[in-house]
Amino acid sequence: MSAPLLEVADLAVTLPVEGERRTVLHDVSLAIGPGEALGLVGESGSGKSMTARAVARLLPGGAAVTGSIRFDGTDVTALRGGELRAYRRSVAMVFQDPRAHVNPVRRIGDFLTEGLRLRGVARAEAARRAVAALADVGIPDGERRLRQYPHELSGGLLQRVMIAAALLAEPRLVLADEPTTALDVTTQSEVMAIIDELRRERGLALLFITHDLDLAAAVCDRIAVMYAGAIVEERAAAVLHDDPLHPYSAALAAARPAVDRTLPRLAAVRGRLVSAFEAPAGCAFAPRCAHAQDRCAAELPPLRPLDGGAVRCARAEELRGRLAPQEVAGG
Amino acid sequence: MSADAVVRTARSRRARLAAGDVVAWICGGIIALAVLVAILGPLLAPHDPNAADLNDQFVGPVAGHPLGFDAQGRDLLSRLLAGARTSMLGPTAVVVLAMAAGVLAAVTAAWRGGWVDAALGTVMDVLFSFPGILLAILASAVFGPSLWAAVIALSIAYTPYVARVLRSAAVRERAQEYIAAAEVQGASAVAICARHLVPNVAPLIVAQATLLFGYAMVDLAAISFLGLGVQPPQADWGVMVSTGKAGVLQGYPAESLAAGLCIVVVVVAVNLLGERLGERRR
Amino acid sequence: MAEPVLEARGLRKVYGDHVAVDGVDLALAPGGSLGIVGESGSGKTTVARMIVGLTRPTAGTIAVCGRDRSQPARGTAERRRRAREVQIVFQNPYASLDPRRSPADALDEVLRLHTDAGADERRARIAELGELVGLDERMLRARPRALSGGQRQRVAIARALAAQPRVIVLDEAVAALDVSIQAQILNLLADVRARIGVAYVFISHDLAVVRQIADETLVMQRGRVVERGPTEQVLDDPRDPYTRLLRASVPGPGWRPVRRGAPTTGGAT
Ligand SMILES: Nc1ncnc2c1ncn2[C@@H]1O[C@H](COP(=O)(O)OP(=O)(O)OP(=O)(O)O)[C@@H](O)[C@H]1O
Ligand SMILES: Nc1ncnc2c1ncn2[C@@H]1O[C@H](COP(=O)(O)OP(=O)(O)OP(=O)(O)O)[C@@H](O)[C@H]1O
Ligand SMILES: [Mg+2]
Ligand SMILES: [Mg+2]
Repeated sequence: MSAPLLEVADLAVTLPVEGERRTVLHDVSLAIGPGEALGLVGESGSGKSMTARAVARLLPGGAAVTGSIRFDGTDVTALRGGELRAYRRSVAMVFQDPRAHVNPVRRIGDFLTEGLRLRGVARAEAARRAVAALADVGIPDGERRLRQYPHELSGGLLQRVMIAAALLAEPRLVLADEPTTALDVTTQSEVMAIIDELRRERGLALLFITHDLDLAAAVCDRIAVMYAGAIVEERAAAVLHDDPLHPYSAALAAARPAVDRTLPRLAAVRGRLVSAFEAPAGCAFAPRCAHAQDRCAAELPPLRPLDGGAVRCARAEELRGRLAPQEVAGG
Repeated sequence: MSADAVVRTARSRRARLAAGDVVAWICGGIIALAVLVAILGPLLAPHDPNAADLNDQFVGPVAGHPLGFDAQGRDLLSRLLAGARTSMLGPTAVVVLAMAAGVLAAVTAAWRGGWVDAALGTVMDVLFSFPGILLAILASAVFGPSLWAAVIALSIAYTPYVARVLRSAAVRERAQEYIAAAEVQGASAVAICARHLVPNVAPLIVAQATLLFGYAMVDLAAISFLGLGVQPPQADWGVMVSTGKAGVLQGYPAESLAAGLCIVVVVVAVNLLGERLGERRR
Repeated sequence: MAEPVLEARGLRKVYGDHVAVDGVDLALAPGGSLGIVGESGSGKTTVARMIVGLTRPTAGTIAVCGRDRSQPARGTAERRRRAREVQIVFQNPYASLDPRRSPADALDEVLRLHTDAGADERRARIAELGELVGLDERMLRARPRALSGGQRQRVAIARALAAQPRVIVLDEAVAALDVSIQAQILNLLADVRARIGVAYVFISHDLAVVRQIADETLVMQRGRVVERGPTEQVLDDPRDPYTRLLRASVPGPGWRPVRRGAPTTGGAT
């Protein structure tokens, strides 16, 4: 890979909660090159959104960050003022919850053209580009939509507006936090095709957070799996589903319902999910892992290279090939 | 970012918070003191605030009379302490009345939407176009000049400001799904507004209330200055600024200055505290 | 079918000159489960809101447990009774919780509305509901802001269950969950249904999830129902061209996202 555009190393984030500091991310390292797409999947609450927010420098107040986040060679954790604004212009974020990130009393048109107007684009031209961007994400009657308010749009339409806004900014890196969860599969296919196209044409780098392993496999080059604030596996997208190295990745693949057959019961991972701050000393997944041994609870192994990817499991070599999805028992 | 930098930002943030707290505590102390004086004022006054003795006219500070005397030879300190009551009570009443009416109008407009919203908006626009002082003149013409006429006039004048600012916040909150969830749970509109909607716009309500208190105090003083509010000889800071003007012309500004200073200090303290509270809630 | 617990006829909703829902009929047997899939903007959420009474239909009737609810409720008793008949879980876990109230508070509010249980009894019930959806004591006491999307959605599900309704409308209720928790919640929903006989209207974009939870499925496009039938039949042997397109768009091995020349989004009319 050429020099990565985004390089996150040993990222850890703590947040103040009721007077104590709580770890939400404790060891995240990843790299994305220009034109490359990295998928980020994992447990709800494992810190996927926090990772994206840390990169976008949008962490909640009081967050303390260690480790480094480099964009195009510069450390962005220390940027201030004008530099920070310039950086943010080259990074666009599509939020998981569009309704919380759009002002409900302003029209869609104002929201979409605001950034362009700030960059000195004339009003009529900005509106024209906004309509074109809406058409790009599958909304043909853009003029009408520009005059509407957020509450008049369905969840899927609003999410597409957010994607259009992100693309209008002509960023170099897109942080997409479950951008298609609110879309029907046909529109999802279309929106992903557009992002894919831009990625290839403009060398856009993409961090793609999703719960859909199949979708991630189809649009990403590599996939990173998160659990309790840390990355536990990173693999080429094509092999993760069928040949997972980490028991948690295997469990994820097994838990997914199938569209072509009805299962009597889904293979939910047994036990309760843990947040990063309450994770035990050893491997955070050990209490729920069917393959855990005593040593798993004792020490947390680092993320180490294996089979062209990387994994954080003490028994990865022994378990190689034994974690195919169908073998994981339901809990 | 290096570990060092983390420590640095953490420390400077803590320092900022602490500084904010010191200011907040000082402001809170000043306000508490003003309230205490407003309650106990006449009891604290070392002399009868209305006992005049023309021999003492404009006499400066002497033993037992640390601020000296006014144009009629009344003890200034005693008058300041006694005057705190109406000076604090007036703006408080305005804030309570205007906030109550404004919140009610804003929440009703946001909840009902449609024509109710439009009608309330029009009423507020009409009220908005009357200057407060003009209303006060009208009120004193109708009810005769008094503190209460001025309070009612100002409450009416301020209501549309409050309603307008809070309405957009309430509309935003009304559109949230947790409100819809409460509706589906079968809670009544009043309960939903009281338990969910109003608490979620509370930071804005607090900020508005403190801002309003400052405006009301200054405006009430101005109305008293014009002779339409509290009537002399009753002690009141606004009245004192006004009656002190005779002294100012003759080179004895103590009365106006002392009363004016009390007004400014309280207004600034309330506004700073309101700002801090608003920030903390966010 | 037994006397349906939920029945809607000729549902229609018009916004200005835009027809969001156009003549939808549906029926749900007690303890049944009806899936609604379809295009984004095709009116699924609007149907859901009309069923729970948040949006008034322009035309059509809705009856739950044989009682009409096309008109707004009159009086406290009727409002609460309706609440015990139908509950909803919204699409967006971020907006559906009061930011100032902990999950425990939110559940307590519902219990106080619908039961006359004492404080201890309510506390026990809250812990039980938390247990049911996998929320521990700490999460129950947290402010919603400190919970992740999936955690919040479980709070919303617990809140809907608290009133022990006959029907729960779930609008994209598991979209925000990762697959392992989604599996837990889907198993949970299946268990709750088997145990207390609650019926679901399950709106989702995820056809695999719908297959897992719904006995029957409606496919909507541009405000209309274009296909309906037993879920397996609709997914395995789609008749309508739109259903076929949907089915073909599901990511799977060898699938690539495709961009159609002319966007087919009728929701954007
Ligand atoms: N403002 C906050 N204060 C304290 N803790 C928080 C805050 N926001 C999130 N958290 C905690 O941080 C952890 C990570 O949250 P994050 O939103 O990144 O999860 P996620 O992986 O995106 O999950 P999901 O898939 O459910 O969206 C969670 O355990 C959550 O409880
Ligand atoms: N309050 C409103 N005012 C005007 N139009 C509205 C309003 N609410 C919904 N609409 C329109 O009605 C149509 C249907 O919206 P609805 O939210 O029911 O779609 P949906 O099927 O739930 O879509 P999604 O899958 O994206 O959530 C959309 O075109 C939307 O723009
Ligand atoms: Mg998230
Ligand atoms: Mg919807």
